[in-house]
Amino acid sequence: MAKGKVHFDDDKCKGCELCTTVCPVNIVLMDKERINAKGYHPATVKEMEKCIGCTNCAMICPDSVITVEREK
Amino acid sequence: MTVVYEKTKGLTEKQTHYCPGCTHGVIHKLVGEVLVELGILGKTVGVAPVGCSVLAYDYFNCDMHEAAHGRAPAVATGIKRVLPDHAVFTYQGDGDLASIGTAEIVHAAHRGEKFTTIFVNNAIYGMTGGQMAPTTLIGQKATTSPYGRSVADAGMPLRVSEMLATIDGAVFVERVSVHDVPNIRKAKKAIKKAFEVQMEGKGFGIVEVLSTCPTNWGISPIESLSWLKENMIPYYPLGNFRTPEEGK
Amino acid sequence: MAKMLMKGNEAIGAAAIQAGCKFFFGYPITPQNELPEYMSRELPKIEGGAFVQAESEVAAINMIYGAAGAGARCMTSSSSPGMALKQEGISYIAGAELPAVIVNISRGGPGLGGIQPSQADYFQSTRGGGNGDYRHLVYAPASLQEAVDLVMEAFDVADYYRNPVIVLGDGMIGQMMEPVEFKKSNGRELPAKDWATTGTKEERTPNIINSLALDPAKLEEHNRKLTRKYKEIEKNEVRHEDYKTEDADVVIVAYGTTARIARNAVDALREEGIKAGMMRPITLWPFPEAAIQKVTHTAKALLSVEMSEGQMVEDVRLANEGKLPVHFYGRSGGMIPSPDEIADKVKEIIGGVK
Repeated sequence: MAKGKVHFDDDKCKGCELCTTVCPVNIVLMDKERINAKGYHPATVKEMEKCIGCTNCAMICPDSVITVEREK
Repeated sequence: MTVVYEKTKGLTEKQTHYCPGCTHGVIHKLVGEVLVELGILGKTVGVAPVGCSVLAYDYFNCDMHEAAHGRAPAVATGIKRVLPDHAVFTYQGDGDLASIGTAEIVHAAHRGEKFTTIFVNNAIYGMTGGQMAPTTLIGQKATTSPYGRSVADAGMPLRVSEMLATIDGAVFVERVSVHDVPNIRKAKKAIKKAFEVQMEGKGFGIVEVLSTCPTNWGISPIESLSWLKENMIPYYPLGNFRTPEEGK
Repeated sequence: MAKMLMKGNEAIGAAAIQAGCKFFFGYPITPQNELPEYMSRELPKIEGGAFVQAESEVAAINMIYGAAGAGARCMTSSSSPGMALKQEGISYIAGAELPAVIVNISRGGPGLGGIQPSQADYFQSTRGGGNGDYRHLVYAPASLQEAVDLVMEAFDVADYYRNPVIVLGDGMIGQMMEPVEFKKSNGRELPAKDWATTGTKEERTPNIINSLALDPAKLEEHNRKLTRKYKEIEKNEVRHEDYKTEDADVVIVAYGTTARIARNAVDALREEGIKAGMMRPITLWPFPEAAIQKVTHTAKALLSVEMSEGQMVEDVRLANEGKLPVHFYGRSGGMIPSPDEIADKVKEIIGGVK
């Protein structure tokens, strides 16, 4: 399984949660401990080591919040 | 590690005004990505509608016009006739295209104008506050159909792609959805094909994209994805209605 | 260039092409049909040129919005009820500051009205039937040569100010034949269209053609910028013709075809020893207020003659500032005033002011 890494441009997140529905390894969640500049709980990943870099979360994000990296 | 997904250069740095979870943002990204991938961003002129995507001119990283309600296909006709080697597209919602702008879209297709229309169907008027659209489903509540749309009063929802597919000049007609990742991928493929058809000078192309409106549907963004799948797709079947090969 | 005998509608089309107009978007309506027909014949012969028969006047004016925004010289034409439909687009074009030339070969109204010559679109033309604070120049030619000259000038003026320009001719201007010649433009220095949507080539930030401004402070700022431009137009572009006004007791104010008839009335009255004169507005907006004010020092009465029930007469009254009695004589619905009718009205006024 490829190894991936996602980066969230936190302050652009509108907290819609769409990204949490498409992760095949179920690691994208809303960070209930933080509030971003827009006033939303931003999306985040805690268990980054499980990320496979599939880009699903980034593709469904309406706000271009997510950048995805993957090991070749 | 290499970057495999980042914000497309086809969109500006401006953050959109769309409500959380509104899939207009997803569709914008697909158009931006396609313009970059086809290498035509620098010679593209887009036309924004009136409706939720009225400010689309601030989001696409190419020259843009803001058109009057429903008139985007006429505006695009004027632009494309002046700049036949450029890519021209309209980005229109269902109130704009399927109601006030029916004459303009039908006749742009009828003339076979060589531009691409991205038609966002979310079964409601979003910007003005959730009024009934021609595309609003039977029984669906809207601020001007508070008891649910009735056939007796408002007729059946208008299937735009099926209608336009009867017109010879509309050489590419496809309906897609963005409610999950496999469908987002298919939507992008259709948008790309529509622009390719345009650049090959084959005629008018339209991609109808089923989209969500969590705010005016009155449900969460996640629920909206399933609502679209369960309610819209049965009435608005996905698929290709016309390709240039068929049109020959 | 030698003079050619041409029909008005065709002469207007030929003038537009001489002025570099390569795109025409129109919709059939009587009595202007020969103009789009001419353009449909001639524009395809020009490299890169195009004629599009739109599905409606609404679509045609929005095609102009697109083509003008993309930097092209373009034109549309219509007649009164069709012009009513174009008002939405004209408002957007004015708001987005795009140059375009729009011809109205007007007919009787209201509603579907008739197809005979009329000047009942004065309000529509000068007040603007569209929404918002906007203005546009209105040229009212009285001969085909003047129509040709003004159409050519209109393209330069439109580009210079980035503003739509209307050429208003009544059905007679469209339908009659006169000899015309096409002269070179007066060589106004025109700004580059660096605002046009011709593609960024990924070398510049996007150009945006737009009339939306949701921030009220920004919209007011935009409105004030437009107002400054309109003041410039008022200062620089007013045109009129004085005919025997110097010593006239009664000054007739008439434009377009009506001015040709009024001129005959002036000559007939002069032969009878009655000192009549005529001031002919060539621009309806901006209205030649100074020309009215000038004659208020010497004349005894003003008479607005129109093929309408009385529209321009309001501008005559405004410019007169209450100094002289202002009279009106009009025929409407396609009826044309005769020189005798106008002369009789002048005599009636003279009787009154003696």
